[in-house]
Amino acid sequence: MTLDMIPQNVMARVTSVAPADGHSLRLMEMGVVPGAPVRVVKAAPLGDPIHVCVRNYHLALRRAEAKSITVTLHDSGAID
Amino acid sequence: MSAIVKTLNHCSPDPVKVDGSHSLTIALAGNPNAGKTSLFNSLTGLRQKVANYPGVTVESKSGLWSLARHLPPARVVDLPGLYSLDATSLDEEIARDILLRRATNIAIPDVIVVVVDATNLVRNLYLATQLIDTRQRVVIALTMFDRAERSQLKIDTKQLSDALGVPVVPVVARRRRGLEELSRAVLDVIEGPPLEDVRGNGFPLLVENALADPAGRHSKLIKRYALIERIVSDAVEISDQGRLSFSERIDRVVTHKIFGPLILMLVMLLVFQTIFSWASLPMNLIDQVFSALSDSVRTTLPAGVFTDLLADGIIAGVGGVLAFLPQILLLFFFISILEDSGYMARAAFLTDRLMRAVGLHGKAFVPLLSSFACAVPGIMATRTIENPKDRIATIMIAPFMSCSARLPVYTLMIAAFFSGQKVLGVISVGALIILGMYLLGIAVAIVVAWIMKRTILKAPAPPFVMELPPYRVPQLGNVAHTLFARSTVFLKRAGTVILAISILLWALVAFPRAGSSTFLQKERAAQVQNSFAGRAGRLIEPAIKPLGFDWKIGIGLISSFAARETIVSTLSIVYNAGDNPETKSSSLVDALRSAKRSDGSLVWTPLTGLSLMIFFLLACQCMSTVAIVRRETNSWRWPTFMVGYMLVLAYAASFVTYQGGQLLGFR
Repeated sequence: MTLDMIPQNVMARVTSVAPADGHSLRLMEMGVVPGAPVRVVKAAPLGDPIHVCVRNYHLALRRAEAKSITVTLHDSGAID
Repeated sequence: MSAIVKTLNHCSPDPVKVDGSHSLTIALAGNPNAGKTSLFNSLTGLRQKVANYPGVTVESKSGLWSLARHLPPARVVDLPGLYSLDATSLDEEIARDILLRRATNIAIPDVIVVVVDATNLVRNLYLATQLIDTRQRVVIALTMFDRAERSQLKIDTKQLSDALGVPVVPVVARRRRGLEELSRAVLDVIEGPPLEDVRGNGFPLLVENALADPAGRHSKLIKRYALIERIVSDAVEISDQGRLSFSERIDRVVTHKIFGPLILMLVMLLVFQTIFSWASLPMNLIDQVFSALSDSVRTTLPAGVFTDLLADGIIAGVGGVLAFLPQILLLFFFISILEDSGYMARAAFLTDRLMRAVGLHGKAFVPLLSSFACAVPGIMATRTIENPKDRIATIMIAPFMSCSARLPVYTLMIAAFFSGQKVLGVISVGALIILGMYLLGIAVAIVVAWIMKRTILKAPAPPFVMELPPYRVPQLGNVAHTLFARSTVFLKRAGTVILAISILLWALVAFPRAGSSTFLQKERAAQVQNSFAGRAGRLIEPAIKPLGFDWKIGIGLISSFAARETIVSTLSIVYNAGDNPETKSSSLVDALRSAKRSDGSLVWTPLTGLSLMIFFLLACQCMSTVAIVRRETNSWRWPTFMVGYMLVLAYAASFVTYQGGQLLGFR
């Protein structure tokens, strides 16, 4: 499953980031590395970009970029 | 890439003598939004300087920091924010080169103070550990420490410092907490033994960016994060995880599906309305002061070329430059508040999808909207767009946003040719035409951006990966610093060009001399008509005739290159319509309505008026815009191109309007 597909406010973990292109390196430098906890907070009013929470900070990225991030859902489920 | 390795081998710092003979240089590095600027402002106070790095448009901020009583103040350089030493933008490249001691003609830092956001330790330590690995003198300033405490993060700074092998000093910049401890830590690092001896705690040296192979890069990057995570989990105790943050609660409203766009519209309306209406008060004041000054010069000095130069060229030119200050100050007042509070990133988040339709970035939204008030501050505000091609595309279309300087032209034309006319009995034709001008400007901007992004500014879509920083209360000090920096930049860099062009334009109207003085009404008209500008007006008459313009309008077009609204005063002079500001517009309206060609036909028809308005909407008749584009792109290439293509567009659109209108039987 990729980051653009998961439901809102469900805890997930990054399993991989597609390598080799420019933005994947930028994402990884910003802490989006395998094992990092992520959560999709919401989508912008027009559906794109999306707002995610990674390692307790907030990030906006387009769905095209989110597609390169593979995640697995966490067991603990939704928060709040 | 191997250059990095080579540099690293040489960058073990030499011992620094701290006896006052050597003035210290301290670099401030850190992630964007880590509180670097706040700390910089607290350390240096008002003693700072904004300049450009040699040869590029990246801004360099430096200031003086009194480390200790017995030492001369150290020079602190506030580097552009960066996430890692693998630079992706020009800003980051410059910061990296200075940090890796590769920059020529910039002082090599003796100490690097890495600003680390305590509430976001893992990500911030990525850059910090990279810098520690370069074996330079590093001190970590742990900012937002009060926030960390409030959100129940217990950070053991001693443990963190031991694990990283560098001093870690918690600071709260806005309360000036920890600043003295930071000075002491910096001095200790300088005076202390060479770095290799203090370390040796097992933190491995990883210099990953020397590798060209991305897979290897990735695995090193992952390894570094794993190490940082271990260090952080040892030093930090989190007692309250999973709680929705304060910022996220605000975002529930601010980026809400319906309220989000609504709030954005309200915010922009407020900004726009303020620049539009509040700025006119100080602008009129500046205008009055300078025309009074120029009048008093005329009455006290003997008539002649020198007096004319002083009154009409220099004083009017300086007044023209200063007239932009209120708009720039107001816009940047709002922009720095929006930016400091964290709202700017949300505005980009909300509008990105919309802007992407024309190939632009969400961050282009605010600069473009600001350009409806004035393109000059709008273009200055494009600095937040990291991608250089996106930034240029935004700059290139900003002048199509119908700015406030076009309004005098619109109102004159509407007063002369469309006043009192109504559609369906209620809607005034004048209002419809002005609305049409705004919409036409937007439409042209969209088309031009779309074409440019597919031709001369073609580039793969830049990734939209943008941090949404936590909301913060903007600090007045930071806002004041931004305003001061922006206005000095405008006055120094753009002001000189604007002054030079206005003196040149004055000379075009003032020479060759018709009489000894241009003080008298009648003589002024004769002077202008026989001047270089007048001759040029006659020269270009054949070219502008298909647009419905005669040579007198040609003079107006030439003189209005200084600023669009100038055409109103120029037309008053060439039509000899009186100089009294009270009666000027009505007598000018009468003069325009009754002006006749040599064959007895009317020069001005409603169609001519419309053609002129469209020309003024699309042509780049604003030397301040040209000057600021020159400054922001660091070359004459883009401003020249901008003037050229906008002129072609304006000509074509006016041609189609006038000729098409005549074919359809309009007059």
